[in-house]
Amino acid sequence: MNPALLSIKDLKVYFELRQGLPLPWREPDVVKAIDGVTFDILEGEVLALVGESGCGKTTIGKTLLRLIEPKAGIIQYRDQDLAHLKGVSLRAMRQKMQLIFQDPYESLDSRQSVFDILAEPLVIHQRVTQKKDLQACVFEALESTGLHPAAEIAQRYPHHLSGGQRQRVAIAAAMILEPEFIVADEPVSMLDVSVRAGILQLMLALRHQKNLTYLFITHDLSLAWVIADRIMVLYLGKVIEIGPSDRLIHAGTHPYTQALVSVIPSPIPDRSREQIILKGETPSPVHVPEGCRFHPRCWKFQRLGSPKECLTQEPDLRQVAEGHLAACHFLD
Amino acid sequence: MNATAVPASRPPNLWVQVWEIPLGRAGIILLGIVLVLSLVGPVVFPFNPKDITSTAADILQPPSSMHWLGTDELGRDVFRETLVGARLSLLVGLLATAISITLGSIIGLLAGYYRGAVGITLMRVTDFFLVLPLLPLIIILAAIFGQSFSITIMVIGLTSWPSTARIVRSQVISLRERQFIERIRSLGATDLRVIAVHILPNVLPLIYANTVLVIAGSILSEATLAFLGLGDPVRVSWGTMLHFGFVAGAAGRGAWWYLLPPGLGIVLVVLGFTLAGHTLDQLLNPRLREF
Amino acid sequence: MSTLLDIQDLAINFKTRSGDVHAVDGVSFQLEAGKVLGIAGESGCGKTTTALSIPRLLPSNARLVRGHILFDGVDLMQFSEGEIEKIRWKQISMVFQGAMNALNPVKTIGAQIIEPIVWHEPAIARGDANQRVLELLERVGIPAARARSYPHEFSGGMRQRVMIAMALACRPKLIISDEPVTALDVMIQAQILNLLKDLQKQMNLAMIFISHDLSVIAESCDEIAIMYAGKLVERGSIRKVFSQPAHPYTQALIRSFPNIYGKQELIHGIPGYPPNLIHPPTGCRFHERCDRCIDICAQSEPVLREVGEGQIAACHRIGETLP
Ligand SMILES: Nc1ncnc2c1ncn2[C@@H]1O[C@H](COP(=O)(O)OP(=O)(O)OP(=O)(O)O)[C@@H](O)[C@H]1O
Ligand SMILES: Nc1ncnc2c1ncn2[C@@H]1O[C@H](COP(=O)(O)OP(=O)(O)OP(=O)(O)O)[C@@H](O)[C@H]1O
Ligand SMILES: [Mg+2]
Ligand SMILES: [Mg+2]
Repeated sequence: MNPALLSIKDLKVYFELRQGLPLPWREPDVVKAIDGVTFDILEGEVLALVGESGCGKTTIGKTLLRLIEPKAGIIQYRDQDLAHLKGVSLRAMRQKMQLIFQDPYESLDSRQSVFDILAEPLVIHQRVTQKKDLQACVFEALESTGLHPAAEIAQRYPHHLSGGQRQRVAIAAAMILEPEFIVADEPVSMLDVSVRAGILQLMLALRHQKNLTYLFITHDLSLAWVIADRIMVLYLGKVIEIGPSDRLIHAGTHPYTQALVSVIPSPIPDRSREQIILKGETPSPVHVPEGCRFHPRCWKFQRLGSPKECLTQEPDLRQVAEGHLAACHFLD
Repeated sequence: MNATAVPASRPPNLWVQVWEIPLGRAGIILLGIVLVLSLVGPVVFPFNPKDITSTAADILQPPSSMHWLGTDELGRDVFRETLVGARLSLLVGLLATAISITLGSIIGLLAGYYRGAVGITLMRVTDFFLVLPLLPLIIILAAIFGQSFSITIMVIGLTSWPSTARIVRSQVISLRERQFIERIRSLGATDLRVIAVHILPNVLPLIYANTVLVIAGSILSEATLAFLGLGDPVRVSWGTMLHFGFVAGAAGRGAWWYLLPPGLGIVLVVLGFTLAGHTLDQLLNPRLREF
Repeated sequence: MSTLLDIQDLAINFKTRSGDVHAVDGVSFQLEAGKVLGIAGESGCGKTTTALSIPRLLPSNARLVRGHILFDGVDLMQFSEGEIEKIRWKQISMVFQGAMNALNPVKTIGAQIIEPIVWHEPAIARGDANQRVLELLERVGIPAARARSYPHEFSGGMRQRVMIAMALACRPKLIISDEPVTALDVMIQAQILNLLKDLQKQMNLAMIFISHDLSVIAESCDEIAIMYAGKLVERGSIRKVFSQPAHPYTQALIRSFPNIYGKQELIHGIPGYPPNLIHPPTGCRFHERCDRCIDICAQSEPVLREVGEGQIAACHRIGETLP
């Protein structure tokens, strides 16, 4: 196994919800968006982060890039602790880590031409000084993301590009500083199905060429299965299972993972498959259930007759097999 | 979610858009007329403030073929005086607005971008200025610092920025949450760069619209100050004309030709700027446009 | 089984400043009572336009170029606005994507569901109408006690259930659902799909189910119609179309979705983008993106042909033995 590029230890991110006047005796509600997660991201891998809406996927991604301040925990990047980096050294680190957003319509400045969008990172970090080199760099980045002819595309504005082309521009802008680590937050979910494959192929090709590591955020488990080496499942701000992607899909052990996998729609019509449909919806991260946070919706908990552990004790991640961990009191 | 590239054409020039709306067009026409008159007028019809007569027959005379709009209490030609007065009124309005908008924009940008102590403090200061009764304050300031052209400009500029600051701030707050700003920040851009290169261009249209409205307000403030006798006594503006007209008892003596031209001038200019400003605002303000 | 809905050669244009958009061009299909038909295809291929034309809810710049929509044997296109009003809700109702966000925020859920009932059945007693609302809520999995709640007290999934309850309020024969689960989370999506499936069986409803997600259609429909650039390119039973897709577009579309019960390989895409519908390509509309395109494809338009039992497709190269 590769060494870890990032080691995250007991990371917590809380948001305070302000309601009404900030009176001293009124405790503000706290959203425990990330409630103590520990995991590694290995060098050169694609780690998929999956889970239902609001479970904290985006929050983790942004916290790793220090766009959101963690409340507690360590984010170790090789031998540096990112969580406490400041000023110039933080800005220097930013070159190594980039973010690709879900919505290419929103993540580009509509007043900038494609050329300016791509040149900006280079200018910020003073990578090139000559105008000629700048142009060469930008054109090369465009060509390498499949945007031909570069000279023509560079002059366009985002609203003159299709959704897929915009996402390519966003990818080119993220790659131009030659980062090592990319957080891709639902990079294809706004795109038409026929365009998705091209973007994913591009991302994976760049990974091999440039030796990249990806944290790939998605709510689509089947997509995670085809593109990631490992999958990590998040529930209400906690990691509940992590393991090699094929194992996790076909031999997942946590009742939540099993339920999620069972409801993946499949283009092979087969009505005999048994679906585990969880009742209700994810509880609010302001009031996290006691004990195992999944127990109110857990089918196993109900089947086993409400065992006491689940109500009182938060399960820790335990090894199920080599490199496969899950957090449940009742792992088979 | 449409994948096909839409060959969207750039929206036409802003002033062209204002022109297409009737009220905006009226505003532009009004302003154009006033501007041309104030620039060309005094060249064609020069006005000499020292051209004072001592013969009572020339004082406060009604319009005649010699003096199209009659004469003032010193026997000077009101028509020529009005043309020159326009220059000063417009100049004070523009310069005071430059101060006001610069200050308001900078404070608004900073207050919106920094949400911590800096932002809160700036906003408190803005709110403080916003609730101050402005006219008495201006009067006091003008009274303290004396009556001169530049003091008038400073006083108006330094008291009228808070509304701009508020408008800019609220726009910046929504902008800074936008993903493209977050992306730029994640690239490692400095705050100065984010504000100057990405946020400012996006609030600029709003600032334009506001500028036009502030000019109207400044011209009105200047006229008010001058009318109250707090203007620069050696220069002619519409405000000082009204002031001296009143002092000379033009109203009581039925000399409408002395008060009407500057009064009408003020009304028309303010109306022109307000119409153009509101139309711009309508075109640019995202909140109004959605409905 | 009787044919409930028969769409014949439907063609719809949108008038725009840059020209007429040929959004739907010669689409025909039939739907039997109690069956579910899925309509799939890329964004902009005309799914919503086809669906909205049935209850005549198209925007004002739309124009019916030709075609007939026979519902229970009568042509809806000949109806006056007043007559079609009577058909909506009572015979045909709709569930839209994002409609759950269009609920009136200041009215209770119950008051909003009762509206179409008293509107379309003026003779109904107030008590009976209320009773029906409570039954409907229970039916879509919302406790009847919550009829007095306001929309903001409900999550997205719950509001979509309310929309379904409203669609059922006047006991229609046909429900048209346009991307009913697209914005919803995976588990909620499964809940809603199951609910729709159960209701459809219990009440013997006919349903048109529009989605860009083929796997969702595979899970919930009996038949599928695949549209491309305003044309129907393939139609048939779910089993047939998914196991032996005949049209190259259908094949490419199916390969665009990962399938956890198949091989773990990266999905395939379709090169290029859908064409501009103001000037659709000549010949087969798909030919520019098709890997099996030959000369004739650019020149003449293929017609729908039978390719298997109850399965039709429009491609010049059908019938050739595959390489
Ligand atoms: N700035 C914030 N202030 C308060 N709460 C927040 C903030 N950002 C996120 N949250 C809350 O934190 C939780 C996690 O949010 P996050 O955006 O990380 O979820 P997600 O898994 O990315 O969801 P989605 O799939 O919808 O994108 C949610 O409950 C959200 O409401
Ligand atoms: N009101 C309108 N005026 C002009 N063109 C329109 C209008 N509505 C739709 N169109 C065009 O008609 C075509 C078909 O649109 P339609 O909404 O039916 O597609 P769709 O298959 O439902 O797509 P999606 O998956 O994005 O919902 C598209 O090219 C669209 O741009
Ligand atoms: Mg997210
Ligand atoms: Mg649609």
